[in-house]
Amino acid sequence: MRKDSNFFILVGSIGLFVCINIFLMASGKLPFSSDGFGIILGAGLTLAVYSFLYKDNPAFKIAENLYVGVSLGYTIIITWFNFLKPDLYDPLIVPMFSKAAEKAPQYALIFPSLLGIFMLLRFSRKLSWLSRWTFAFVVGLGAGVSIPRVISAFILEQIKPSLHPVFSGGETILSSINTLLIMLGVISVLIYFIFSVEHKGAIGKVSKIGIWFLMISFGASFGYTVMGRLSLLIGRIQFLLKDWLGILQ
Amino acid sequence: MNFLKRTVPLVIAFVMGVLMAMQYYVPHKLSQDLLEVVSRWDRIIAGFAVFIGAYSLFHLHWTRIKRKVEGWGYSVFVYFGAIITLIFGFLNGGKFFWNDKQQDTMFDWLYYYVQVPAGATIFSILAFFIASAAYRTFRARTMESTVLLIAAILVMLGRVPIGNYISQYIPAIADWIMAVPNLAAKRGILLGVSLGAIATSLKIIFGIERSYLGGGD
Amino acid sequence: MERFLRIDRRIIFAIITVAVIVSLILRFELPIPPSEPVQGVYEKIESLPKGSHVMIAFDYDPSSKEELQPMAVAFLHHCFSRDLKVIGMTHYTGAPGLADQAMTSVASQYQKKYGEDYAFLGYKPGGASLIINMGENLYSAFPKDFYGNDTATLPVLQGVDSLRELDFLFDLAAGTTIETWIVFGKEKYKFELGAGCTAVMGPDMYPFLQSKQLAGLLGGLKGAAEYEALVGKKANAVSGMRPQSVVHVIIILFVIFGNIVYFTSGRARHA
Repeated sequence: MRKDSNFFILVGSIGLFVCINIFLMASGKLPFSSDGFGIILGAGLTLAVYSFLYKDNPAFKIAENLYVGVSLGYTIIITWFNFLKPDLYDPLIVPMFSKAAEKAPQYALIFPSLLGIFMLLRFSRKLSWLSRWTFAFVVGLGAGVSIPRVISAFILEQIKPSLHPVFSGGETILSSINTLLIMLGVISVLIYFIFSVEHKGAIGKVSKIGIWFLMISFGASFGYTVMGRLSLLIGRIQFLLKDWLGILQ
Repeated sequence: MNFLKRTVPLVIAFVMGVLMAMQYYVPHKLSQDLLEVVSRWDRIIAGFAVFIGAYSLFHLHWTRIKRKVEGWGYSVFVYFGAIITLIFGFLNGGKFFWNDKQQDTMFDWLYYYVQVPAGATIFSILAFFIASAAYRTFRARTMESTVLLIAAILVMLGRVPIGNYISQYIPAIADWIMAVPNLAAKRGILLGVSLGAIATSLKIIFGIERSYLGGGD
Repeated sequence: MERFLRIDRRIIFAIITVAVIVSLILRFELPIPPSEPVQGVYEKIESLPKGSHVMIAFDYDPSSKEELQPMAVAFLHHCFSRDLKVIGMTHYTGAPGLADQAMTSVASQYQKKYGEDYAFLGYKPGGASLIINMGENLYSAFPKDFYGNDTATLPVLQGVDSLRELDFLFDLAAGTTIETWIVFGKEKYKFELGAGCTAVMGPDMYPFLQSKQLAGLLGGLKGAAEYEALVGKKANAVSGMRPQSVVHVIIILFVIFGNIVYFTSGRARHA
């Protein structure tokens, strides 16, 4: 009985959706064009995904899997047009096989292309060890490039404002207190994260202060997270009310 | 074989790591050219990683269809969506994929009316779950959680126009929370994470950290 | 009282939905004064002379579109109204369609010509490597633009050989690209950097604001609304502030009510 009622709810909802769209097109609120049908499809997918809030159902699963497939296809096509074609196909493959090519093939691109193909060989049982060369290249390069830049951008540039003078002329008392509080917060949070030393005595008291700073920070993050997620919902409801139903102007 | 499988990758990682770390401090033109070439190669290699993800996803759903696991029919829609997008993408509005990308094709239509609405909606569902979770589980059981709750409430009110109607001090307090205690905590975390990242990078370069080789070592 | 703790969550979902719909339909004005981080971006663009080169990195995909697309549109309005040259690019495969739509629709309102006043370079993989490649040689990183045109022939890119020659870079980020731009871009190539980010990431960016590594920050839909108000192009973000305010109050009331019920129902004592 329960399965039957779920089936009827689903069919009824789809029927209602179809009727609304027929009305919207007939009344001219939605154009009878590819854009109009696109808005209907978008609204249908939006409502299918939101149907999950009532109960997990086939409409939601279809929308979800369709989205996964389409976004995968889009990723591959964009990778072809924006990366493979201008960076490899046009400068390397076309000049090699086309006599009408204006420029000579850039043979230097064979080396990174080979490393890229080695990476794909990780799915082969016999040749998967070749992918290690590519990963070593990428990881070693990333590690080497990061060290001086992270030291400069994240450590030195972040320590500088924390050591800002408390009194150097022009500050209010509140801004001086804030400077001291920031320094206290940074040091106490760093001490809290030193887990190789037992948190007792002076270290324990300072790390306790760090915990307070962290709690305030997490509360602020929670507030912003609520704000962020709500914004996504508001945007979707705006689409449904404005673009689909035409209630909002 | 061990030499090719283990030693060569470790040598590559060491050489690249030391070379690129030293490169930063050498202002000679050769050094700049090396950086440009190596970054271009790294970019090209990164592009191939897309196909790893694509293969993994196709393989996962193919296995589900082949073994007829529960819900295998939905995996057909993954293939349907991907194949139809690929067909229209390669057709490229009639100009085919070896030409430049055309505008306003069926491929773009699928993006604007399938990927964008579905993608935006899937993540917007979290708004409902956050509201439900806030009501059911956000409890001021300890002093720390009370402080967290109060900070969250002040920031939530201070960050919307209605906070100013309740009290003119709420936006100012919210700004202070963001600019002082939040900043201090985030900076502490950033410094700690950065020091950890540098330590890990050094371990990778010197071959102490080998997890990127994929196991077996 | 205890039954309020076991309320069906679908009732909460319905309350949230009705609150958003009603507050979108009922129009009421709310003041949106600009905050200091948003003013930072605005004043930076205001200070740029006509013809300056601004790069926008559309580093988001459809899942963050509702927060970041309004920011992109408002920022583009500001740039085009001041006759700045705009160059777009992205690190995300899901972004090109949204970026192209934003640039084309706003540019047409100011009669801007593609190639002369603005260009969209498209997507490239690589993250940090792409930024370094752009910092050394922009044409090596992007030999062709999104439409297949040779970038060396685009008039809008004249005078910009690398990131060093940019007057401003604005990163619209749904992930960690702001930190990547700071570490691998701004640190060495010394361009001015501003950012727009999802609200979830907003608190993490404050250290960079104080250290002046970011000239300004638009955080979430509120940041987009403030910028729309500043440039005089009130649109979706400003109207989104009404339901945002109402639902924030509702959620706070939920939290307070939930705590009152919890502590008065005896569950706290048992725990």
